Amino acid sequence: MQTTTTDRIEKKILLHAPRSRVWRALTDSKEFGAWFQSVFADPFRPGTRVTGRITHPGYEHLTMEMVIEKMEPERLFSFRWHPYAVDPNVDYSKEPTTLVEFTLEEMKDGTLLRVVESGFEGIPIARRAEAMKMNDGGWAQQMTNIEDYIRRNP
Amino acid sequence: MTTRREPAGLARSAPVFAALGDAMRLKLVARLSEGGPQSIVRLTRGTPLTRQAITKHLHVLAAAGLVRGTRRGRESRWRVEPQRLDVAYRFLDLISKRWDVALRRLQKLVEE
Repeated sequence: MQTTTTDRIEKKILLHAPRSRVWRALTDSKEFGAWFQSVFADPFRPGTRVTGRITHPGYEHLTMEMVIEKMEPERLFSFRWHPYAVDPNVDYSKEPTTLVEFTLEEMKDGTLLRVVESGFEGIPIARRAEAMKMNDGGWAQQMTNIEDYIRRNP
Repeated sequence: MTTRREPAGLARSAPVFAALGDAMRLKLVARLSEGGPQSIVRLTRGTPLTRQAITKHLHVLAAAGLVRGTRRGRESRWRVEPQRLDVAYRFLDLISKRWDVALRRLQKLVEE
């Protein structure tokens, strides 16, 4: 389901739904927000900057910004954003963005959706390290737990 | 002052995780990777910690292979070891997992 280099992430998923349905879920800002756990006040249009209020539990104090790039009906949807911009005290606007591209392909039994996010090499290494620290459920926390456990159970 | 070299592989990962699982140490790595090699005096500036405490943190990071200290005259200068940091891969792994979760929600939405 994925290919990974240090600059890009690629995902493929077969969705058992028509291409038109998948397209709507991706490009209708309300529908996008439903699965992406954000609320957008404005519709997605190429060349526009949209802001969403994150609804994911624990991240409700945050907003996310996307600059919509391409919308080729039922084929390609792309935008740029700051990946893992989860620190409200950091101004990410000066940092490079990554490009997210959704490509839809009609299959016999549904729609093959490909997601490519690229440009990670441009993100400062320190920012990437911080993102991992902030990932509460992630490895940093896990390792702290293990460290604590080992300390308590020598 | 130099740090020991550790064999590549999974075994080296645990100290890396543990070393970064501390806010101050993560901050030190961030400051070193953004500001380049610097002395303990400079690293201590702007933190509530003593030089000794910073030195201790740097040694934990050095033991995990994340930073390296080199003596220059009477003081040590510290730098990150980016190739050992493996941050790039771990960051992608994190983002990748978030996409997996999001795409599962998308799947549920469109297949309903």
